[in-house]
This record gives sequence, structure tokens and C-alpha cells, in this order.
Amino acid sequence: MTSFDLSGLTASFSGKRVIGPLSLRINTGDKVALVGKSGAGKSTLIRLIHERVNRDSSLIPQDLGLVNALSVFHNVFMGQLDKHPTWYNTVTLARPFSKDRNEVHTLLNTLGMTEKLWTPTASLSGGQRQRVAIARALYRNAAVLLADEPVSALDGPMANSVMTHLRDGFSTSIIALHDVELALRYCTRIVGIQGGQVALDQPSENLTTSDIMSLY
Amino acid sequence: MFSSPTVRTSFIFLAIALVGLLFADIAITASNPWQDLGNFFLGIITPNFFSSEGLMTALLRTVAFAFVGVALGSIAGFLLALVYRSLPVRIFCAFIRAIHELFWALIFLQFFGFHPLTGVLAIAIPYAGIFAKVYSEILEEVDPEPGRVLPPGTGNITAFLYARIPDCWVKIRTYTAYRLECGLRSSAILGFVGLPTLGFYLEASFSQGLYSDAGAMLILFYVLIATMPLWVKPKLLPVYVLGAPFFLGEGLPIVWGNVQRFFTEDIVPAPLRNGEGLAGLTPWLNDLMINQAVPGIWNTIVLTQIALVASGILSLLAFPLISNHFGGPLRRNAGHVVLVIARSTPEYILAYILLQLWGPSMLPAVVALALHNGGIIGHLIGRQTNSLNLRADAPTGFDRYSWELVPRVYRSFLAFLFYRWEIIMRETAILGILGIYTLGFYVDSAIQNIRFDRAMVLILITALLNIGVDTIGRYIRRKLALQTMPTC
Repeated sequence: MTSFDLSGLTASFSGKRVIGPLSLRINTGDKVALVGKSGAGKSTLIRLIHERVNRDSSLIPQDLGLVNALSVFHNVFMGQLDKHPTWYNTVTLARPFSKDRNEVHTLLNTLGMTEKLWTPTASLSGGQRQRVAIARALYRNAAVLLADEPVSALDGPMANSVMTHLRDGFSTSIIALHDVELALRYCTRIVGIQGGQVALDQPSENLTTSDIMSLY
Repeated sequence: MFSSPTVRTSFIFLAIALVGLLFADIAITASNPWQDLGNFFLGIITPNFFSSEGLMTALLRTVAFAFVGVALGSIAGFLLALVYRSLPVRIFCAFIRAIHELFWALIFLQFFGFHPLTGVLAIAIPYAGIFAKVYSEILEEVDPEPGRVLPPGTGNITAFLYARIPDCWVKIRTYTAYRLECGLRSSAILGFVGLPTLGFYLEASFSQGLYSDAGAMLILFYVLIATMPLWVKPKLLPVYVLGAPFFLGEGLPIVWGNVQRFFTEDIVPAPLRNGEGLAGLTPWLNDLMINQAVPGIWNTIVLTQIALVASGILSLLAFPLISNHFGGPLRRNAGHVVLVIARSTPEYILAYILLQLWGPSMLPAVVALALHNGGIIGHLIGRQTNSLNLRADAPTGFDRYSWELVPRVYRSFLAFLFYRWEIIMRETAILGILGIYTLGFYVDSAIQNIRFDRAMVLILITALLNIGVDTIGRYIRRKLALQTMPTC
């Protein structure tokens, strides 16, 4: 199930509606960028979609959802906890198996951070923490990626490299991005959110930066 | 100033305590109290560590009971914390922690006798109730986001081990280690009801006027608690926990007939036991309420309120002792020693000593409770002032105390004080065993007269009173938006 209809999405905070009612159809292979100014409801929409697909997706929430006391390895490994029996996961907490160690090591290598494999994520910088959450999503390897500003703390070259990995790693993705250039470069479809509604829904090739800027 | 709700609340409590003083029995009844006090201090300065071989055994037993009791309590408490959302579990935990360790010991003594199990359970049961509450609060505070990100289909145990425990492990460990220190104090006072820990030897030395022996015991106890960071190491902990059961001593064997008799006969209310039926129950209960419960409740409340305010005043006076806003390092180190002694001495031992010296009245109890609790709160508040950065031209001396520091720490001071309200009441009730007419006195007399049915009802009343005060304390803390970490 990678193509799905999202209809009648709504969300309210303290009685005030912030999203919808909003309908969106996502097709297999869509690489959707959610754009819009902050407060437009992008994060809420990502969260709603995550619930709607029964959490069956690789998620990178804005606050990353890392367990600060655990090492980089364990945080990444958490992406596949459902693949192993409880005893296996418990042993891994104390002493990871070399197969998993190698896999995670290779994955982190592609994201340019291997020397920190056993550091608790609490002591990492913002950009490093973000890459741990990205590695967890890649390791999870679900059919759909849901990401909320996944490269906000990364510098230009690193942001581009990570976006390439995310584009190649998932057939279908929905990524909230405030960087319009990145959205046009790495996504096939741009969905603009304004006041909790879809204000724009076009293939990337039909759009230029200035078309999108009208949303801001 | 009176427009502030915290100040108003403080003065209301001050007024209640002053009215309480009119009714309280405050007196020094001993014939030469100051000479006794002098002898006692002389004993502390000239400790005798070698008078009896029992001293080291008592110390060992104290540590062993603390380790076994706290370990069992924390395991049971952790399991209870996992199901703490259920109301019956919460009520059960509130109930078992509302009954003081010494009351539990008095109950178990009646049927297990002087078996080590009595001491272990007396610590483990109330501690399980406290651990359950605090652990569940710690688990509640865990960041929920990592749990949400987990792939669906992740097992419950795996999710718990990865997304919940690591985030709060340090807090759980810190709190458990802290509770171990409380456990050492609990273990020490269990000696006062006859278990082979420090309290037993302290009582024996005191009753023979061997102040140097008593002094040696107290000094060793302080050293034991002050050096805990040195000998309680995470790596050694399994060794201690597994080894401790072998150092509890033999005690006396359990007579199972006693256990059966206790539950089927002793605690059954007398009229029912004697076949008078429910009709006999009313006069029995009336007599119990009028002659024991009501005076016990009244004295417990009066003493609690006075001790609460005295603790508050003392902690406000004591915190500058360790605050780095005043004086030099020498004075501050001396202040630390004073506060460590005040807070590591169990209030029961302080009250016992003062009672021996001044004779029976509420005074020794008030002073003991104020010293112990004032020491704890003064320490916490003083430490808090050390993290305050004042502007460079802030006033100094008393102006700094009254204008800069007290207003800044007053809310957390009140939070700690109201948190300890229930603890002070629990201790007040238990001090009755020493001969002050609080609920513990009536419980103890009922047990002496082999009227366990009455003792059980009185313990039940004590528990309900504690739960009531805890509820009011929490209500006030919520009303005034005061937050605090648990203390014991």
C-alpha cells in the first residue's frame, strides 16, 4: 500500500481548526514537498498522515524523537525493532550483534558520521542529531517517508547529499520543507499549504521559485 | 505583602501552629536536663568504639536490612509502577506507604516474631508504595516522541526497553540510591522495637548511661551515611544486594501457629471474637474512638502543625549556613557538617535522645522533627541559592538574605515543606511509641495489652490521617503552583 487517498483530514488545537477539511491523493512514486510559511499546518499534516497510514512509514519528526541516553547505533537500530524478537532486541541493548553493527556503520558512513557510533545522542550537535534521525528512517526502510524539515540543521552540501539519499531511499515520500530550492530540486510534486488548506498542487517541473513564493 | 497567596498561606499555617502551642504540652520535666545534655555531648566527644563487640554487628545488620528491604521494595515498586494507572493499585500504594516502617515492624513482630523477615518486610512494604509512586511519575515524564516513531509491530517489552527506560534511567538510579540512604535510617530505628540494628544498641547504651558508647554509634552512623558515595558503587551493587541476605542474622524461627492465630483470632475485634455479634461492636468502637483514637488524632495533628512550622522557620534560618552568598569556605564547610548531622539523624533517634534528656513532653518531639526536617529543607534550599547569579551590585548581608534570596527561593521552600507535611505527620504518629500521646502511643499501648484488634484499627486511622494530609498538601501545592522532587 503505497498509493493512498487522504480525505477529510482535520485537526484542531483548543477549539481552533488548524487543518482542513483537506483531501490529498498520494500515488506510488510521488515525491511530495509540503511548502508554506511556518504555522500553515505542515507539521500537523505530517502527523495526521502518519496516523492515517497506521504509522507504517519512515518518520522524521521535527523534534527528531531520539532517545538521548542511547547511543547513535541504538537510535538507528530502533528503526527495525519490529523485525526482531524481544530477546534479540534486549541482547542488542547490552551488546549489539556484529551483523547489525556493520549495517548501521555502513549506513552512517554514507551520511558522513561513523566516528560517533557509540556516543549518546545527548552529546551530539544539532546537525548530527538530525542525521541520526535520518539514518533511523533510512534503516527503517518503509515504503513511505514522512519527514518534517529533515535538513533544517545541515549546511548546503550536506543538505543536498542527504536529500539525494532520501530521494533514492524511498519510492514515495512526503517532506515538509521551507527551502523552496531544495523542494524543486528533489521532489516531483509541490503541495502548498495555506491556512490549513491545499493552496497549490503542481508537478515540480511546472513551477519556479517565484510561483511558490506567493504562498509566503 | 499579604496579597501574595504564598505569604498568606504561610501566615495561616503560622497562626494554626501558634494556636496549637496553647494546647500543646511543652515542658522540660527532667530534674537536671542541662547536666544530662552536657553528659551526652561529652559522650559524643569521647566516643568509645571498643566497649562491645555488638557495635560492629549492629552496623552490619543495619546495612544488611537496608539493602534487602530497599532492594525488595524497589523491585516490587517498579512492578507496581507499571500498573500505577489503575485506581485500586494507586489506593493500595497510598495505603501501604501511609503506614510507618515501625508500625509495619510492630505488626510483623506479632506473628513472625524476631525473624529477619520482620525487619525486611517492615522496610520493603512501605518503600514499595513510595517507589511505585515516584517511579511512575518518572516514567510519565519520559519524552513520548521516540515511542511514537517506533515501527508499528514493535513488541511492548522492546518498546519499553528502548523508548522509555533509557530516557529515565539516570533519574531512577539517582532516586533509588537516595532511597537507600533513607533505608539506612529506617533500618537503624527498627532497632528500637527489638530488631538487631543500631537503634537496639543505642537504646541499650542510653538506658545504662553509657553515653560514650552511644556517641560512638552515632558517629559511625554519620560516617556510614556520609561515605555512601564511596562505597555504594554501581558495580558493587549486585554484590551488596546478593550478599546482604546472609548478614541479616538468625533471629528467632517463625512459629506458623502464631501467624494463623494472628489473622484468625488476634485481629478480630473483641466483641466478634467473644460472640457478642455486631451489637457489641458499637460500644467497643465508641470506647476505642473516645478514649484512644480522638485524643491520639488531636495530639498528632497539634504536634504535626507545630513541628511543620518549626521545621519551616529552622530551614529558613539554616540555609544561609551552606549558601555561598554568605561567609567564607570555612564557615560554609562547618555549615555543611551541621546540616548533614541534622538530616542524617533519624527524627526518631533525635526524639529519643532529647526525651531521655528533657523528660516526656511534646518539646523533644517538636525539636527533633524541626532539626531533622529543617536540616533537609535547609540543605536543599541552600544548594538552590548557590545556583543563583545575582547582579554585581546586589546588597550584601541581611539585605541580601531578605531581599534577594528568600523571595527567590520561597516558592520551592514552601513546596518542600508541604511535601514533607505528610512525612512529618507519619513521624509524629510514630513518636508516640516513645511516650508522647500521639496515635503511636495508643497503638503501642494496645499492643502491650495484647489488644491487637484495637491496634489494627488505630493503625488504620493513622494511615487514613496520613492520606488525608497528603491530599491536602498536594491540593495546596497545586493551588499555589509549587513543584518539587520527592524527598524522604
